[in-house]
Amino acid sequence: MTVYIIRRLLYTIPIVLGVLLLTFVLFTLVGGDISVELAGKNATPETIEEIREEYGLNKPLFLSWDSQFINHFKSALTFDFGRARDREPVIDKIKRGAGPSLALMVPMFIGIIVISVSLSLVVAFVRGTVWDVLTVIICVAGMSIPYLSFILFGQYFFAYKWGLFPVFFSPDLSTVQYVALPVLIGIVTSLGSNLRFYRTVMLDEMRSDYVRTAFAKGLTTRRVLFKHVLKNAMIPIITRVVMAIPFLFLGSLLLERFFGIPGLGYLMIEAIGSRDYFVINAMTYISAILFVVFNVITDICYAWVDPRVSFD
Amino acid sequence: MIEREQITRKKLPKGRSLWQDGLRRLRRRKLVMVCFAVIVLYFLLAGFIYLAELFDWKVGPTRWQEEVSESYEPPSRKCIFGTDIFGQSVFRKTLYGTKISITVALCASFISLAIGVPLGAIAGFFRGFVDEIIVWIYSTLSSIPYILLILAFAVVLRDKTLFGYKLTGITTVYLAIGLTSWVGICRLIRGEVMKHKEREYVLAARSYGCSNSRIIFKHLIPNVFHLVIIDFSLRFVGFIHAEVILSFLGLGEAERPSWGAMINDARIELSRGVWWQMAAATIAIFLISLTLNIFGDALRDSLDPKLRVQ
Repeated sequence: MTVYIIRRLLYTIPIVLGVLLLTFVLFTLVGGDISVELAGKNATPETIEEIREEYGLNKPLFLSWDSQFINHFKSALTFDFGRARDREPVIDKIKRGAGPSLALMVPMFIGIIVISVSLSLVVAFVRGTVWDVLTVIICVAGMSIPYLSFILFGQYFFAYKWGLFPVFFSPDLSTVQYVALPVLIGIVTSLGSNLRFYRTVMLDEMRSDYVRTAFAKGLTTRRVLFKHVLKNAMIPIITRVVMAIPFLFLGSLLLERFFGIPGLGYLMIEAIGSRDYFVINAMTYISAILFVVFNVITDICYAWVDPRVSFD
Repeated sequence: MIEREQITRKKLPKGRSLWQDGLRRLRRRKLVMVCFAVIVLYFLLAGFIYLAELFDWKVGPTRWQEEVSESYEPPSRKCIFGTDIFGQSVFRKTLYGTKISITVALCASFISLAIGVPLGAIAGFFRGFVDEIIVWIYSTLSSIPYILLILAFAVVLRDKTLFGYKLTGITTVYLAIGLTSWVGICRLIRGEVMKHKEREYVLAARSYGCSNSRIIFKHLIPNVFHLVIIDFSLRFVGFIHAEVILSFLGLGEAERPSWGAMINDARIELSRGVWWQMAAATIAIFLISLTLNIFGDALRDSLDPKLRVQ
């Protein structure tokens, strides 16, 4: 087991290096020298030179111990991403944004799982009837409505017109108040695709031999569903759930933008608007690291939970 | 003698290929054919706008810049979806947006196919070192959240000059989407080629003396290509939605109307009760996504032999 974990951890090294290489190619080689852009319109050559000095843009690209290539790796491995355009250290910005983002994403995430898994069980219960067909139709229709429309109309009707929720974030609101409507909209938006996925999982399980046996020995549908099907369907459900956790950190770009929540999604939107490569670079790297870590955790959990997985 | 031969020939059931069989199944379902008709309409509209621009025809969608009425005219019989702030017809803008969305989704599909299919086939066929490199590349790309990756590409590529060609507007959008979304198809093709490579027809082709590249491109890829088509009929919807989000964030087409830009305009207008621009864009996106979703599912049901057994 220990050997397996160590080997699995070693596999992550090339991936992390690959991510670093990709961000280097994107933001340094393709992105290029942005000192002129940073300095503004009326900058003197001296200011531009100072900026180049500060961000290390005047150093050689490769082939030196003090090259931009080596420094890119060094700064990423020590989680020191320098300063953003407004002179605040990038890492501080990310730390500040993580709280509101998680406050938005965690309730949304739990809501989606609980609602869609329990609804999918209900659908498996009434499979083959009009209700089943109706659910599938509603799911496909819900998946086809653009995300932006859900947010805009939701905000317009529930917050602006009927005044049930605050329209925008403001510092004096409690977390529950400003998070309520975005969470609700987020759950409704992703219910379609999630419910459809879990329905397929449940119905696949329903076709198995053990279900036939359970029915044959005279168990009720309810007992078969909750005692047998749900337990066996746990494996795909857990995979989907664990792999979605790193994305929680990212926050929701669009929800945060519309409701003015100062989370990481909002930070990204701001960075895109001002072409702040430093922030985008840091966010890309950190989310990739989280993804890799959770991938390892999932694999280890599999090996631990499912005796059929071998350690080779 | 000849007569007898003819009779026996008549009695033999005619074999149907995978495609003929699949199409027959599709044609039986009325709803799917309606969806297909709607999708074709969208494509024809986009093609028509291209032609109209090329030959300078003065038709509705290409005259979207004209002021047809006063600013923020609500929907009426004269103007189905009302007008926007400049008095331009929202209906014409929506029609024009079709061209942008379809172009982006088509180009992005083409780019990701051109990268994903050959790489997947090569990795699955040769295995070993080549396989490890390709798997490394795509696992690196897939470890970065998709939306973040697209945004990073779009931000960096925007207004850059690459190989003497300036990247603006939708070129950036489809490059960003295309370069980031080949991972899924590459993984799929790699797995399928690994399975197919052990089959007899590959052995037969090798015994004829076919080169590796001939086996890959003439034998293996055509045999797994129906999976690519199924995958893409469903992925196309994702591309359209990605284009909408990128244009909404201001990373897309700036000078011409697109659905994302219309939604961005509507963000401010909605509080004044101007809902028609938003509604028009939503309906346009909803219709194409719904029909593509239904059609893609039906295509998978009728072409995927694994599902057919059940």
